[in-house]
Amino acid sequence: MIQRMNKVRYLLFLCFLGLSSMSHSVIELLEFDSEQEKARYQVLIDELRCPKCQNQNLADSDAQIAIDLRNKVRELMDQGKSDEEIKHHLVARYGDFVLYRPEVKKETYVLWYAPVILLLLGFLVVIFVMVSNKRSSEKDEVSFGSEDERQEKLRSLMKEKSEKE
Amino acid sequence: MKRLALFIPFLLFIGLGFFLFRGLSLDPKELPSALIGKPFPAFTAYKIDGAQVTEQDLKGEVALVNVWATWCPTCKQEHAYLNKLAREGVKIFGVNYKDQTDKAIIWLEELGDPYVFNIKDEDGMLGLDLGVYGAPETYLLDKDGVVRLKHVGDVNDRVWKNKIEPEYRKWVNQ
Repeated sequence: MIQRMNKVRYLLFLCFLGLSSMSHSVIELLEFDSEQEKARYQVLIDELRCPKCQNQNLADSDAQIAIDLRNKVRELMDQGKSDEEIKHHLVARYGDFVLYRPEVKKETYVLWYAPVILLLLGFLVVIFVMVSNKRSSEKDEVSFGSEDERQEKLRSLMKEKSEKE
Repeated sequence: MKRLALFIPFLLFIGLGFFLFRGLSLDPKELPSALIGKPFPAFTAYKIDGAQVTEQDLKGEVALVNVWATWCPTCKQEHAYLNKLAREGVKIFGVNYKDQTDKAIIWLEELGDPYVFNIKDEDGMLGLDLGVYGAPETYLLDKDGVVRLKHVGDVNDRVWKNKIEPEYRKWVNQ
């Protein structure tokens, strides 16, 4: 029993470990010339993805490669490179994988435009279904004929019935 | 016509199933290298023995560039196979990635040295230019020093025969 309790405690402990690593991003003691530069750095490392980790940005990851890449970003910033140049520098080495928002180009058309196209297709399907429903209900009405015709039919049916009786 | 339309969801399912099934055998950890078809990045560094080396020294013959470190367990695993390839005449350059040179020298003395020479990359900046995200990584260079293939993970018999050797032969015979 005690052993099991220990196991449960251990598992809980592991869960909390996971939580804490998720909620803390890396805190670094980096000096920046201005708040603006600091904000720029933060945006960049938030938007660049760590190549080693499947779904973490550079800011969140503690992997050695993420640390190196953060340093590289800082170094390129100090060299006066623009955001675009810095991103391009990393893409040239690690491919589009490092961008959480990949550029719009031939290879990424599906990624960017498929959701819009699927949404439009969805609308088309809905419209098609609505139109065809309406048409079929209209057809039903037509088959009963106009008000007069229906009255006429009703009268003849009632007549038939009374004659039988 | 109406009847055929009833098959549309089924066809969609088949299509989706095809892609999902293919996804089972894909490794999301394997990134396509951005360097394929491009020349090996320019660099000036030192060999483990202290001599200076640049990317020009990698040209001339089809060769492998193996990124390794003593702290990397998989590198130890693949080392015997690299020794075997070297004995068979495959030219292998080493990049000693984020490592301590004295440890690397001891490692090579103990386990054998399959490398023509080893490039020191203590700060990992050459690795960064190569797009290294985890050792070991192995690159195939053609005679002109253009990167033709990248393999992440250990080089073993299966990887060599199925993935690297066909390309290696192709560029040797070219």
